[in-house]
Amino acid sequence: MGGLLHTVLVDPFVQMWTLPDFFVQVLWEGLVSGILYALIALGFVLIFKASAVFNFAQGIMVVFAALSLVGLHRLGVPAFVALGLCVLIMLALAVAVERLVLRPLVNQPDIILFMATIGLTYFLIGLGELVFGGEPKVMITSELLLPTGSYVWETLGGRVILQQIDIAAAVIAAAMVAVLAVVFQRTKIGRALRAVADDHQAALSVGIALETIWVVVWFAAGVVALATGIMWGARSDVSFALQIVALKALPVLVLGGLTSVPGAIMGGLIIGIGEKLGEIYWGGLLGGGIESWLAYLIALAFLLVRPQGLFGERIIERV
Amino acid sequence: MLYRETGQFKTSYAADQAVFPIRQDRIGLALILLVAFLLVPVFGSSFFLNTMMIPFLVFSLATIGLNLLLGYAGQLSLGTGAFMGVGAYACYKLATIFPDINILVHTLLSGLFAAGIGVLFGLPSLRIKGFYLAVATLAAQFFLDWCFNRLPWLYNYNPSGAIEVPTRMLFGVALTGPNATPVTRYLVLLTLVVVMTWIASNLVRGWIGRSWMMIRDMDIAAELIGVRPLPTKLLAFAVSSYYCGVAGALMVFFWLGAAEPPSFSINTSFQVLFMVIIGGLGSLAGSFMGAAFIWILPVLLRALPEMLGVTIAAATVEHVSLIVIGALIIVVLIVEPHGCARLWQTAKQKLRTWPFPY
Repeated sequence: MGGLLHTVLVDPFVQMWTLPDFFVQVLWEGLVSGILYALIALGFVLIFKASAVFNFAQGIMVVFAALSLVGLHRLGVPAFVALGLCVLIMLALAVAVERLVLRPLVNQPDIILFMATIGLTYFLIGLGELVFGGEPKVMITSELLLPTGSYVWETLGGRVILQQIDIAAAVIAAAMVAVLAVVFQRTKIGRALRAVADDHQAALSVGIALETIWVVVWFAAGVVALATGIMWGARSDVSFALQIVALKALPVLVLGGLTSVPGAIMGGLIIGIGEKLGEIYWGGLLGGGIESWLAYLIALAFLLVRPQGLFGERIIERV
Repeated sequence: MLYRETGQFKTSYAADQAVFPIRQDRIGLALILLVAFLLVPVFGSSFFLNTMMIPFLVFSLATIGLNLLLGYAGQLSLGTGAFMGVGAYACYKLATIFPDINILVHTLLSGLFAAGIGVLFGLPSLRIKGFYLAVATLAAQFFLDWCFNRLPWLYNYNPSGAIEVPTRMLFGVALTGPNATPVTRYLVLLTLVVVMTWIASNLVRGWIGRSWMMIRDMDIAAELIGVRPLPTKLLAFAVSSYYCGVAGALMVFFWLGAAEPPSFSINTSFQVLFMVIIGGLGSLAGSFMGAAFIWILPVLLRALPEMLGVTIAAATVEHVSLIVIGALIIVVLIVEPHGCARLWQTAKQKLRTWPFPY
């Protein structure tokens, strides 16, 4: 028993202490995957805040956006034109979703809307595979002028390897969050978005068109999905396997609180780092592969202490 | 004219409490059972039984299980696939450890293991609600999925990582395994499903079902008038997981014959969730309709080009059927968010007043 406690509670920390460069490397890897989780979660939060729809299709929107980009480029469209076209495709998707799915289902219970977005997921998987084919594709990283090499950072008596694409991803993610924050706080449409997020009926009564807002948030989520897709595609490749990874955004979301943008970012980082540390330092004790469920367990543990997530609005219940 | 309860007087409390108070309903049910027990096994080809009826029954049972939890007790779970897996693996282990006990006993016992695991993962439901709870049950899904992959004891150290169903007999007839005929498996399955549906229908009518519905409608109010939330929710998780576990055991032993962890993946959970929603939350009849819609429709869709004599690549058919199913789910939700069960209710009301609607 004492030996077991020692391997679980002491050994991993000794490892961290004796190989600090490796520890930093693990932290960095966790941070990067955390940023990608956070980006997917960001798309969820945008939509959930403005329309109370739990958008299950966010994961497949990431795949779909990346697939369209690669697919268009294969047809001979220059990379940046393809990027522009992809933004237009996401706009078209947002309009179509609002028209064909959200508007007829307005005022239905949450679970029905949730189901409708799973229907949308199936639809987009079928469409994506039909049009672009199901085999994994290589993201057009260099055509989009994204760096591909890596830095070697000599520190702590060893070296830490930083992929340049990861650094680019971190910078782009930070820039995107900053832009979103400015749009939310400073522009007219941002104010309308916040009003809708606060109270649908009150927003309607002061003359905010809910339909427009929904198109805007779905479009914003689509653009975030496109950025996520590019980043993720550059790290591995563009395939439908990403969809399962996108489910990781769910624990991120509930950890941060469903309605909070900073929560999504923080949640993403906590889950990303926690999962990598757990897998590297404790995973071996359980035979490995614990990455697949550790995120959910971390989220569950947090939820038991704070049922509304870290930054979520306090749930007030009345009879 | 044909469907009317006029003149059917209830003269006793028992008659008043009947599950099917209208005579025409009873006749209809008897006809359905007659078709299911006699006509389908006699005239159904083994292909029809294997690809449609047997999976349909298995999924109906799982759908009833999830419906008890989601439709009656209002607790959203995305771990159905894993709970089915627990049932399947428990049944497999029981059948190999105690080979002399009848397989039907094992099937029914294996549900208890699923119920235990279900209660364990249902514990957070006291504090966590709605989508937050859905994520908590996702933890169950992925954790159990990992266990099915990583614990070789569960599949008896089989190098392929799959569980294979041994042949088991009852009265000299092979019930499971490669020698069991589709008709035998179908009949066993049908009997079990009918009995368990009957039990479920009585469960939800009684005080248990009522307390579930109180929790679903508003848990604080229910608590105030004396329904204890923790035991009620946990009971819902237990009964629901029991049904799912038995469905999982039946799935492996009476349908697939062998199973690997992907059979109990998150996709299965979603499939069963769809069946519940499309069929109708809080309706047992709806569970069957939902299972039929979600299971049989794709099978038909895939077979459609062949029937029309058109040759399309299998991959294309697969993709188009995904598109069609996705679109159909959205259409059904828009047309009738309360599911097929509500459509059936409306149709019954129309039938009652026909031909002079008021």
